[in-house]
Amino acid sequence: MDTTKEQAMLSQEALQQIDREVAKYPAGRQQSAVMAALRIAQVEKGWLSRETIAYVAEYLDMPAVAAYEVASFYNMYDLEPVGRHKITVCTNLPCALSGGVHAADYLKEKLGIGFNETTADGKYTLKEGECMGACGDAPVLLVNNHHMCSWMTKEKIDQMLADLESK
Amino acid sequence: MLEIEIDGKAVTVEDGSTVMDAANKAGVYIPHFCYHKKLSIAANCRMCLVQVEKAPKPLPACATPVTGGMKVWTRSEQAIKAQKGVMEFLLINHPLDCPICDQGGECQLQDLAVGYGASQSRYQEEKRVVFNKNLGPLVTTDMTRCINCTRCVRFTQEIAGEMELGQAFRGEHAEIMPFIEKTVDSELSGNIIDLCPVGALTSKPFRFAARTWELARRKSVSPHDSLGANLIVQVKHDEVKRVLPLENEAINECWLSDKDRFSYEGLNSEERLTRPMIKCDGQWREVDWQEALEFAANGLRSVLTDHGGEALGVLGSPHSTVEELYLLQKLARGLECENVDFRLRQADFRTDTLRPGAPWLGMPIAEVGDLDQLLVIGSFLRKDTPLLAQRVRQAAKRGLTVSVVHPVADDWLLPVRNRATVAPSAMPAFLREVVFALAELKNDKVSAELELNAPEAISDVAHNIASALAGAANAAVWLGNLAVQHARSTDLQLLAQEICRLSGARMGYVGEAANSVGGYLAGAVPGIDGLNAFRMINQPRHGYLLLNAEADRDFADSHAAQRALETARFVVALSSFGSANLAQLADVLLPISPFTETSGTFVNCEGKAQSFVAVAKPRGDTRPGWKVLRVLGNLLAVDGFDFNDSESVLRAALADGYESRLNNRLAARPVVNLSIESALERVADVPIHFADPLVRRAGSLQRSRDARAPVAMAHSQTLAGLGIASGSRVRLSQSDAAVELEVIADDTVAPNCVRVAAAHAATANLGAMSGPISMERV
Ligand code: SF4
Ligand code: FES
Ligand code: FES
Repeated sequence: MDTTKEQAMLSQEALQQIDREVAKYPAGRQQSAVMAALRIAQVEKGWLSRETIAYVAEYLDMPAVAAYEVASFYNMYDLEPVGRHKITVCTNLPCALSGGVHAADYLKEKLGIGFNETTADGKYTLKEGECMGACGDAPVLLVNNHHMCSWMTKEKIDQMLADLESK
Repeated sequence: MLEIEIDGKAVTVEDGSTVMDAANKAGVYIPHFCYHKKLSIAANCRMCLVQVEKAPKPLPACATPVTGGMKVWTRSEQAIKAQKGVMEFLLINHPLDCPICDQGGECQLQDLAVGYGASQSRYQEEKRVVFNKNLGPLVTTDMTRCINCTRCVRFTQEIAGEMELGQAFRGEHAEIMPFIEKTVDSELSGNIIDLCPVGALTSKPFRFAARTWELARRKSVSPHDSLGANLIVQVKHDEVKRVLPLENEAINECWLSDKDRFSYEGLNSEERLTRPMIKCDGQWREVDWQEALEFAANGLRSVLTDHGGEALGVLGSPHSTVEELYLLQKLARGLECENVDFRLRQADFRTDTLRPGAPWLGMPIAEVGDLDQLLVIGSFLRKDTPLLAQRVRQAAKRGLTVSVVHPVADDWLLPVRNRATVAPSAMPAFLREVVFALAELKNDKVSAELELNAPEAISDVAHNIASALAGAANAAVWLGNLAVQHARSTDLQLLAQEICRLSGARMGYVGEAANSVGGYLAGAVPGIDGLNAFRMINQPRHGYLLLNAEADRDFADSHAAQRALETARFVVALSSFGSANLAQLADVLLPISPFTETSGTFVNCEGKAQSFVAVAKPRGDTRPGWKVLRVLGNLLAVDGFDFNDSESVLRAALADGYESRLNNRLAARPVVNLSIESALERVADVPIHFADPLVRRAGSLQRSRDARAPVAMAHSQTLAGLGIASGSRVRLSQSDAAVELEVIADDTVAPNCVRVAAAHAATANLGAMSGPISMERV
């Protein structure tokens, strides 16, 4: 096996998690678990390289391009490497009306990067996100896909960055 | 059945029909892009919006099921407004670059924009640009023109059987692409060009060659595989510029294989012969027809005078027309030579004395879809006959179970339920297991004439195949090219016949070439005392007459064929193409027209005779093969050679009711050899783009993945046993014939075999396509 393929391989734990997802669907429908499988792969690898996507596709016995369709459709999958902390700011309309864009501008200024960029030290990546279903909490942002932060005023952003800094 | 009304017309349609189906039935045209009758419904372009009574908003006709009493208006104010609205959206990001687009003049978007588009765009903002993709040598892309209808994606998934394209990203950013840096390699890939309703996917070889309205459209028939796909050949100034499918639901539906579609490039190859040539004192000289034909006739006559008719070998390719093959055999027989054959890649001819008729598919192609069980013996089906494999693929979706007995577990992109991957010599023994398992299941006896002893054991696969066939309502057993070219083909055929007798399945032959059935009907087979193709080569003759055949590529044993021709005193070659090899072996080259420049007939695998006429003038001094043979017959004073036109040749060759001569029955006789070789065996495929002289010269196809130079392939255990590492260079030899190639481990090949393609320059110096071979590292 060549090295890139080897690098794309997932750990036993990750494969077991994928198997659990596959088991939720009828036999022969393992493809249905592709979203979960890609999520699990991304948590392990930090991002989804083409090789990782191809590996997941092969594991689920589906065409690589079909897995790529899914990985490229949802913006929580990262097709390029991201920093240690990925901050995704919602800029959809309700958030935008309640300071979402300002929150994003403030983050850009503080981190010195624009959307889809990563700080030189590899710590932070800034992303623009779509509605997270928490419009009442606007402005809203998401840290590392899993941690949701509400009412992100400048003070709260400072606080959040200070917390992340220590991690 | 449901009654509905479309634009005031009453139509009755089947339950489950869509509004689109109903409109088609009523002859009402609804504009559409993503809908295609052979593909699944995506309903993503919205062009087909129509007004439906009581529906609050316009509905997509392609995805709206019909209900009883439904009233539909396709041209009402609401419908037209919706259709125009959709068109405006579709054009927002479209570059409108029709003047430089190859699709111009045959573009659905262009046509519908005339009907539904505004004369000016209201969109002033920036348009998106999508980078082009490299899909390989056949299909070119201008992805900015794509309207994301996903027809191409669905084609690769559903018809070609492998999803080679997808739609990545979303919304405004959605793009059609293959998986990163892959090309589209399907043997059916060219169909996405026809399917693409805009100029996003167009033909690479045809790019900027002509405008559609400059081209004459003429009907023809594919000269390649045994399916006999119907073609529209497009011609400008007597040069073939493009080939498209002529829709024929009973044969090729609306598809073509890439070979059918792109082989025309070979017609314009530099190797086309355009002048008759004769070899004097080792020097080739262009001469006029008169001189060439007299030279040929004199040469043949002198062989005949010195040695008699049996000193001649007359060999025609199965890609020749019925007319050519008929005159070829008539000429041979007129010269008292019974040595005539067209089955050049066949090795075992014992069936000739057992067979009263012409072997064929045993059923109409269109009925493949109704089968519930299919056993395929010895076939590279997907690459040998791509559109027949496509039919099987569709049938498999509807419940057809496929079983395969073959030395290679190639991926046909369809589910194979039972697979026996055994060495060629083990195939008869395996089929015997199926026979005995079937007899037991059916409470029947194995025919005594076969003189078969029961096998010691019956494997699970054999058992599964037997029970699948035993329970079938509509089953078929097909013998593929490898089975027919097998060194013990007769045994395979007798065993297949027994399987059919016991199970009630229909027996069929896939057939190798466009005229594999027609050659039999034309009588291009040796008489009782005549030599068959294999013998003519292995018992060298003094003189040869070759028709459309190349010694180094088209024979069961290319090494022996070249040697036989080399030692012959006189060789006449009727051919559309020259080559260094032919120049070395022949004494006269008579340039005959390829299928586009002559009239002729091919009989396809289902036994349908399809005649065609020339679509272009013969190039240079070439003449139709049948005319050249007729004049040769006259010069050699053979009786009955005064045909005025090809129709009268056809009438003589294929009398009315020729269909009754299609017959797969074999007289029963003992199966003689069930032994399994211990020596390494050769498995030879004929790669799709090397099968005949025309396709071998088609430039773009030759750059496709299917035309990669062959490597030897063997099971990793076989290689380990021989102490050869995958990737090594090896010397492959069969008695005094040998070549050097790279070998790679491939576990789809049955153990104890080496897969080495035939028909390729790299393997032309090897011997028989089946039988023992040795392999050693160099
Ligand atoms: S490339 Fe052509 S066929 Fe494919 S999605 Fe785009 S418009 Fe449709
Ligand atoms: S718009 Fe930001 S969460 Fe809904
Ligand atoms: S044809 Fe109906 S939505 Fe495209």
